[in-house]
Amino acid sequence: MKNKLLSSRRRMLGLGAAVGSSLFAADDEPERPGTPLGPYTERSPFEKAVRWTRQSKTPETGNSFTPLQDSVGILTPSALHYERHHAGIPAIDPAKHRLVIHGMVERPLVLTMDEIKRLPTVSRIHVLECGGNSAGEWGAKTAPDVQRSFGAASCSEWTGVPLSLLLAEVGVKPAASWVIAEGADACRMLRSIPLAKALDNILLAFGQNGEALRPAQGYPLRLIIPGWEGNTNVKWLRSLRVTNQPYMARDETSKYTDLMPDGKARIFTYQMEAKSVITFPSGGQKLPGPALYELTGLAWSGRGKIERVEITIDGGRTWVDAHLQEPRLPIAFTRFRLPWQWEGKAARICSRATDESGYVQPSRDALIQARGTNSIFHFNGTKLWDVHADGTVTNVEV
Amino acid sequence: MLRCSAILLAAATFAAAQSHKYSVGGTPSPEEIRNLGPSIGPNGDGLPAGSGSAVAGRGVYAAKCASCHGDKGQGGTGGPALAGGKGTLTTPKPLKTVGSYWPYATTLWDYTNRAMPFYQPRQLTPDEVYAVVGYVLFINGIVGENQIMDARSLPKVRMPNRDGFVADSRPDVGKQ
Repeated sequence: MKNKLLSSRRRMLGLGAAVGSSLFAADDEPERPGTPLGPYTERSPFEKAVRWTRQSKTPETGNSFTPLQDSVGILTPSALHYERHHAGIPAIDPAKHRLVIHGMVERPLVLTMDEIKRLPTVSRIHVLECGGNSAGEWGAKTAPDVQRSFGAASCSEWTGVPLSLLLAEVGVKPAASWVIAEGADACRMLRSIPLAKALDNILLAFGQNGEALRPAQGYPLRLIIPGWEGNTNVKWLRSLRVTNQPYMARDETSKYTDLMPDGKARIFTYQMEAKSVITFPSGGQKLPGPALYELTGLAWSGRGKIERVEITIDGGRTWVDAHLQEPRLPIAFTRFRLPWQWEGKAARICSRATDESGYVQPSRDALIQARGTNSIFHFNGTKLWDVHADGTVTNVEV
Repeated sequence: MLRCSAILLAAATFAAAQSHKYSVGGTPSPEEIRNLGPSIGPNGDGLPAGSGSAVAGRGVYAAKCASCHGDKGQGGTGGPALAGGKGTLTTPKPLKTVGSYWPYATTLWDYTNRAMPFYQPRQLTPDEVYAVVGYVLFINGIVGENQIMDARSLPKVRMPNRDGFVADSRPDVGKQ
């Protein structure tokens, strides 16, 4: 019974897969062989999920957002990973690319990609989130759907060499305390990273989801800094300079600093905090009628594993624990689910995540009370959706 | 016996891989380091020789910057405002410019040199960068029109919002 209801939900919502399955009906029992094998496979032409790109006066500096409402499981396809570039996507020949590690080190190194790949390698599944994800949620009017409000976050398997290994190779001098990372894009993106973090769990990643990084994700080499804002995960990495001071780069002073109501700005706000959002039902979708549904969504934290996700359907008066899908990995998307018998009445729904540090995702109101509305970065408040009696779903702050 | 020593040899090789350097990569030549271009610390580390003032920078600005940032640094087609915004940081519409927000003048030199002009980065000479930095500081009322910007004077420029930044105090909400 339940399965039947769930499958009817998919059909009637007009999700890409449902449209595809009806049109595919003729092929369920094919009369002729299908297309031949190919070297690199595209998704079904019936699948329409795409990134949404924010309009920009300089398109090379834009943002694009992952369609989280169409996401299943915990991984983001590389082709749908969110993007944030500051001077476009460079075309880099990996045979000519070099990483130089220099500054306060005993033995400076220049490495080819082949040499980097020869080193002991690890793979880890991690969420990456733009420091400015959900920036619009600080405003009086919030974004109408999950893609535009929370979609500058994606989760991939990243493969690379621990930075600590290469720092041991070059021999960091005792007086050093920072590492300045620089990209090979047109703006030579620069960020300062405390040495303690560089020695902890940073990866020099060349792989994403089982293949090379996509050009938009830093091909052929980028930093992956688990749990830290996306901008510090410098793409197209070409230089690591070990120093005894941060360089106060443009993107860690003028940008990526969080302005508080007293006019002071927080600096080096690297840490991403616990966050979650219901992706079904979410803004822009429509429930076809009263039935048993499965609420679902994604939760993550820059501080480790997700321990708990609670869901309210009455605007926050009561909360129920959602089921957390295994595996729950540290600093990765965690999928949550909860059956919901919808009776066709208006409901205000929301999810709230707790991570293994005990941190509880705050409400939007609590965040604004603490930080005002000018900080732009690091919004991790809860997201309310109004499910109306006719089944339509909207954001609340319209 | 022979087999036994082969095993010992293999074990020794494995241990070496765990505890010694991997010996990958080469030593970068001075030219390879130089070709990375300068990165500038807030104390002026990395600033090259050269100099310029707002007087010289006015022409550089008009030719290379004004089309995006506006003729008076007010912002325009594509580029953010570089001047103004004083006193707006506590208002509902803060205008964050070099004058109202940026804590270090060295950052302006570094960013102009590495990333500007947006569609032709790294075409300016060190003298031009010093000059146009002097001009942007001048239109913000931070330095005089004839004040010479160079590796010694630039790090000493006191930016109006130098004390406007505080350490990250999160978690500020959401703590159990």
